[in-house]
Amino acid sequence: MIRFLLTLLAGILLGGVVHLVSVLALPRIATQDAYSRLVPMTKTNSVVALPLTAPNESPMPFMDPAFAFAVCRYDLSTGPIKLAVPVSQAYTSVSFYTRNDVAYYAINDRSAGRRVIELDLMTEAQHAALPEDEDVTAADRLIVDSPTTTGLIMLKALAPEPGEMPQAQASLAASTCKVQTDTPAAKR
Amino acid sequence: MRLIFTTILVLAIAAAVGLGLTWATATRGTDLGTLTIGAWTAQPRIGTTEINPYARATVARSGELPIGTGDGISFIAKADDKKRPLDGRCDVVVSGVTPAARFWTLTLYDTKGRLVANALQRYGFTSEEVVRNADGSFAIRMAARARSGNWLPTAGIDRYQLVLRLYDTPVGVATRTQRDAPMPTIATAGCP
Repeated sequence: MIRFLLTLLAGILLGGVVHLVSVLALPRIATQDAYSRLVPMTKTNSVVALPLTAPNESPMPFMDPAFAFAVCRYDLSTGPIKLAVPVSQAYTSVSFYTRNDVAYYAINDRSAGRRVIELDLMTEAQHAALPEDEDVTAADRLIVDSPTTTGLIMLKALAPEPGEMPQAQASLAASTCKVQTDTPAAKR
Repeated sequence: MRLIFTTILVLAIAAAVGLGLTWATATRGTDLGTLTIGAWTAQPRIGTTEINPYARATVARSGELPIGTGDGISFIAKADDKKRPLDGRCDVVVSGVTPAARFWTLTLYDTKGRLVANALQRYGFTSEEVVRNADGSFAIRMAARARSGNWLPTAGIDRYQLVLRLYDTPVGVATRTQRDAPMPTIATAGCP
């Protein structure tokens, strides 16, 4: 009897370890996470509009049907990315996710404070490699550090009423996301 | 022989307990770091890098993308204020006011987070669309059949959930109570 109880106890303790390891491993081994779902319908380093959220064709669960969505799936291995999103009439926001779907940065039109949300996305190593005076001369440049080399940028524009959806989609269609080929210093 | 048997038993119990717990927490979610106001719950840290491992597992399993904190926050309700599960065959009224935010949207999803098909193609309300009373409060009625005022069709499904999303809002990690964030009430008004 005691032997059986010990067996049970050992099993439960080991089960706790299995539980912790599997919870931590799940984001890495999931095959139906948001990033994996978006890979077939997006292109690397360019903005692709998602279809309107509808009952039977939603790429992900829990998408807000009042919004137009576009995705830039990025890969920073060839250099930093420059993102420009024109602000729509109602509300526009840009959210950044790592390869494992962790939201690490989000900004909306009002906090960007301009007609166009413009920012540079780079890895921490690329940021560190920028010329020293670069940050000072371009103080208005918004630089976002990505924790992972690949990830997702989700662009959203609100259509407060269904009739404004075409405008929201149009403002996202005008946004760009591309690898900076020339050095940032030469551009400005 | 007995040792081998015991070892196998221990491993089997470990696998069942461990994976069972993981499955349960990843499917149903945990109360870790949740903010509950009335019938609504939110996870303020889900849109930050401080997201807890359980929330990460839930997000990876469901395939959703959490709202980033600089963007907004989402509150979910699966039951009314009296803890009665939301039933698509009943009339349910969401009424009152919402916390300060530039925009909000209220959306109806089935239990898996999909929109519910209906002839009107109405899946929710935005703060601009909703018809308000003179004092700024509103009432949205979820029902299977058409209702006057702000009607959100349920298509008569068994169970559904409501998601209230606040965009550009001070509500977040520092929010604790109803006083910081006055959430609307949810009441089941009647079942056929």
